[in-house]
Amino acid sequence: MRLSDLPAGSSGIVTAVDDGSRVGRRLSELGVVPGVKIAVIKHAPFGDPVEIRLLRYNLALRKEEAAVVQIDPESTNGRS
Amino acid sequence: MDGANSQKASPVIALAGNPNAGKTTLFNALTGLRHKVANYPGVTVERRSGRWGIGEGSAELIDLPGLYSLDATSMDEEIARDVLRGSAESPVRPDAIVAVVDATNLERNLYLITQIIEYETPVVVALTMMDLFEEQGHVVDLASLAAGLGVPVVPVDSRKGTGIAELGEAVSSVLGNKTGVPNGLAAELAGEGSDVFGRYRFISGLVQSAVKHNDLDAHRFSDRIDSILTHKVWGLLVLFGILLLVFQAIFSWATLPMDLLEAGFGALGEGARSVLPEGMLADLVVDGIIAGVGGILVFLPQIILLFVFISILEDTGYMSRAAFLLDRLMSRIGLHGKAFLPLISSFACAIPGIMATRTIEDRRDRLATIMIAPLMSCSARLPVYVLMIAAFFGGQTVFGFVSLGAVIMLGMYLLGIVAAIVVAFILKRTVLKSPTPPFMMELPPYRMPSFRTVLANVLERAGLFVRRAGTVILAISIILWALAYFPRSDAAAEPGSETAASTQLENSFAGRLGHAIEPVIEPLGYDWKIGVALIASFAAREVLVSTLSILYNVGGDAEETGGLASALRDAKRADGLPVWTPLTSISLMVFFVLAMQCMSTVAIVRRETNSWRWPLFMVVYMTLLAYLGAFVAYQGGRLLGFT
Repeated sequence: MRLSDLPAGSSGIVTAVDDGSRVGRRLSELGVVPGVKIAVIKHAPFGDPVEIRLLRYNLALRKEEAAVVQIDPESTNGRS
Repeated sequence: MDGANSQKASPVIALAGNPNAGKTTLFNALTGLRHKVANYPGVTVERRSGRWGIGEGSAELIDLPGLYSLDATSMDEEIARDVLRGSAESPVRPDAIVAVVDATNLERNLYLITQIIEYETPVVVALTMMDLFEEQGHVVDLASLAAGLGVPVVPVDSRKGTGIAELGEAVSSVLGNKTGVPNGLAAELAGEGSDVFGRYRFISGLVQSAVKHNDLDAHRFSDRIDSILTHKVWGLLVLFGILLLVFQAIFSWATLPMDLLEAGFGALGEGARSVLPEGMLADLVVDGIIAGVGGILVFLPQIILLFVFISILEDTGYMSRAAFLLDRLMSRIGLHGKAFLPLISSFACAIPGIMATRTIEDRRDRLATIMIAPLMSCSARLPVYVLMIAAFFGGQTVFGFVSLGAVIMLGMYLLGIVAAIVVAFILKRTVLKSPTPPFMMELPPYRMPSFRTVLANVLERAGLFVRRAGTVILAISIILWALAYFPRSDAAAEPGSETAASTQLENSFAGRLGHAIEPVIEPLGYDWKIGVALIASFAAREVLVSTLSILYNVGGDAEETGGLASALRDAKRADGLPVWTPLTSISLMVFFVLAMQCMSTVAIVRRETNSWRWPLFMVVYMTLLAYLGAFVAYQGGRLLGFT
């Protein structure tokens, strides 16, 4: 599934990032690479952007950008 | 000393690292508070540099813009990349690079390092946030980290000052060396997938061998604060409260120092008047230079206060939360979440607001924000609104209890906001069209603000503003003074009389310009006197009030708006009809909401965009918009039967 579809409070492991696109390349430079665990923390008041946690830091990105990341969801309440 | 020798004595060191890695704090700790701020040639990116004493000599330390990788996506990053690669286009060739790495966020910070060490320039890694790292129970084997990267690694604590000397020694020892790609990295880069994946495989291996991470998650403290500060309801309320506090500070706490400054410049003017022999020189110094420059410098307390707040909000990490909360709203008009604060600041004064747009990375987003910032009704417009409302709407109410003046005032503020939204919407779809830049923003852990960082930031901004006032604004003040002073008329020979001042103004170049533009401004409901006041107020809006006071012979004291208000009401045209009607005043207020009448803002935009193109564009579009708005207000009002 796509990272943008992962609900707040759940987490997953990145399986693929389209690093040919500008957004995907940028995201992978920030550490969104296959094998990295990502937790969705929350959504901003108007539903977008979304706050995620990976590699011991928190990152905010828009859903549109989160959609380029493929993720393998873990059981809910997982931690990064 | 010959050239080669002096270069040896003073090597150039570049400071690079991710945003939020503690780069600025380290820069301030290494160089103290004396920085040079200049622009890179031909671009708007700022170059901060300072002296750093290493060994027996000293080095020139250059603070590069924060960046995540060498694949540049913004102008800031492009410059940093050219410097770090030592490429031919680079404006500076560093002799060594100090790469700042946040220990608590090791993997992502090391990504940039894996790129920097591919070039020949020697690198030293400065490991920051070690206190937090150890507090969280993590352990790092510095020797194996350094061995893996092939460069020295020095832990530093910029706040306590530990590790600074060791960092200097490490830099001295690598000068003249060449770095190379470590074997581990070379092997991974040759592996599967893109180079990004390879670099992260290398980092992951390195971190696993050199660092023992505590399993406890570190961000707990910040996450707990964020459960309120970025909460869907509470987060917005707190943001609103903070804005209210900033506004309150700018509008009311700044009043006292502003009044003192104003009184000080008044006393200075009187002092100069009494010392200088009566005549043109005294008039130039008092009415031109002291009044003109003083009129701008009184805004200094507001600017200082605003930057104290902005620096604290940025240094603690709150600013990125505010952008997170509001990005959705701002992106609907095509702007970045970070544009919100500069725009709010512009309600006090567009100058600090425009200076605050530097936090927006994307150039087009930043330009769009700068272009609409002056549409926010700033405090210099207040005297104009107050005069007009007092003269034509004083004491009237709507629904029996709401003051009509307050409704009109609110209307003027709203008009500015609506115009700003429309203009931004159009700009972002035409001249400043760009694909919506990706919004990927780190939410760094909250930290106590560093006093030194805040102080350095405020000093830097206030210094830039004062330098402006001493140069461009000084020149413009003198030109405007001369336009109103020459040619001398005979009536001006009897100094002290009020009619003399008014006759002088009518016959001056400014007065003649007023007459010349009368046909153009007549459809807006203005006569030549308003024309003169309009021309004068293109230097600064509040000048309208003092100019009208001179034209209507009520004395130069702008504080006495009561006298001026009744003089405006009583003014008659040649045909006996009143010059001013409520509709005229509305038309004039609309003009003031929309027009670019502030030389200081034009000068700041010139500085911030590094060209005359954007300030000119701003003056032209805003003046056209103002003319159109006032025309619609006046002619439309007449069609609807208002007077």
